[in-house]
Amino acid sequence: MRFLSQVMTITTKDLRAEMRTKEAINASFSFALVVLLLLSFAFEPTEQTTQEISGGLLWIVFIFAGTLILNRSFARELPNDCLDALIAAPIPGAALFLGKALANFILILAVEFVALPVFGIFYNVRWAQQFWPLLLVLILGTWGLTTIGTVFSALTVNIRLREVMLPLLVYPVMIPLLLGAMRLSTLLVAGQAITGDETVWFRLLIGYDIIFTALSLVLMDTVLLG
Amino acid sequence: MIVMLALAAVLLVRNLYNISVLPDETNQGQIFRIIFFHVPAAAVAMVGSAVALLASVMFLITKNFKYDALAVAITEVGLAFLAVNLVTGSIWARVIWGVWWAWDPRLTSALICWILYAGYLILRQSLEEPTQRATFAAVYSIFAFTDVPIVYFSIRWWRTIHPQPVFFSKNGSFPADWTLTLVLNIVALSLLYAVLTMVRLRQENTQREIDYLRRTVHAIS
Repeated sequence: MRFLSQVMTITTKDLRAEMRTKEAINASFSFALVVLLLLSFAFEPTEQTTQEISGGLLWIVFIFAGTLILNRSFARELPNDCLDALIAAPIPGAALFLGKALANFILILAVEFVALPVFGIFYNVRWAQQFWPLLLVLILGTWGLTTIGTVFSALTVNIRLREVMLPLLVYPVMIPLLLGAMRLSTLLVAGQAITGDETVWFRLLIGYDIIFTALSLVLMDTVLLG
Repeated sequence: MIVMLALAAVLLVRNLYNISVLPDETNQGQIFRIIFFHVPAAAVAMVGSAVALLASVMFLITKNFKYDALAVAITEVGLAFLAVNLVTGSIWARVIWGVWWAWDPRLTSALICWILYAGYLILRQSLEEPTQRATFAAVYSIFAFTDVPIVYFSIRWWRTIHPQPVFFSKNGSFPADWTLTLVLNIVALSLLYAVLTMVRLRQENTQREIDYLRRTVHAIS
């Protein structure tokens, strides 16, 4: 119980700070829009072929936009030595990690929920036909992205080239997860149900979510205390 | 070390001779011989990644820099062996498939693996403070290893155009004396891997000693 309230304290603190400044979420959403716009030049938006790769396009937008939020997650704590205060606070590193991850998760999911309808309009895709399975994919995929992203955000916060190092390290680690999320999203956005062989991707997503969450919880103290 | 190097050389010469006198394979012709380097390189690189994981975990537990040096040495040499695997595979693909590269689960996951461990070296480069560098690199190495099982199982999980394993499996069509040469080549490359790692390890230790001396000089003067 204590642990849960500690987690919630961190989450509400992060969300409140974000709601007051809106710096990360505004930047992230605008960036998502720009990437969606750019991709429409690369691929003819109304063609059938583009709809067949829609899941991939969506997740590229999501990880790009998500990285901006993740980058801010720990960088925000640098001024006034807030990070040192957080580390010195009487809470375990795992609680700090879960609190931050939860806040990031909510923010990234929010950006995704705004980006999805925009994507549907621009690319003429009726994406909501399989709404609930798609929601599940979004939640599983985003949770995986957030867990690794939060750990690596803490890891890269003191590195000189922080903005470059985070994506450089996070994207390759995330690839198995993204592979599943992209494949499932493509099918679901096209209105197809997930059956037979394709359910293996769900297992891959869940498996990686569990592995990444467990590793993050165990390693967070090490990363914070360096 | 010299003994291991000599043994590796002897084995490599023996294997190269054996491979050169083998008859051409019925379907693939000459190019099939590349398998005697392609597979062993992948095998030793994969074992290397497991050792790097172990060394990283041991460093986090003991905080002994001996393990950090081992992790970086083994990762760097392993990266070279994985590159051998990718390049030989690519040459084979050009002859058999007609293209240098195909975006197939096996090939892609092996490439991801290479990029992951290259990221490990880049991360090390961007961190100045030794303790922080060792700790963060170890954490990253543990995360990177989660991709290795995907490479190994990809040809069993998904339908890929990469050939199925032909040895140590029931439906294998690999003759017994070929298997012997392959196994001996795995031994030879393992020895070579060990020797190169030791060289790199010595370099790492010397570097640490130099850093120590430099700091001491700074402190005195």
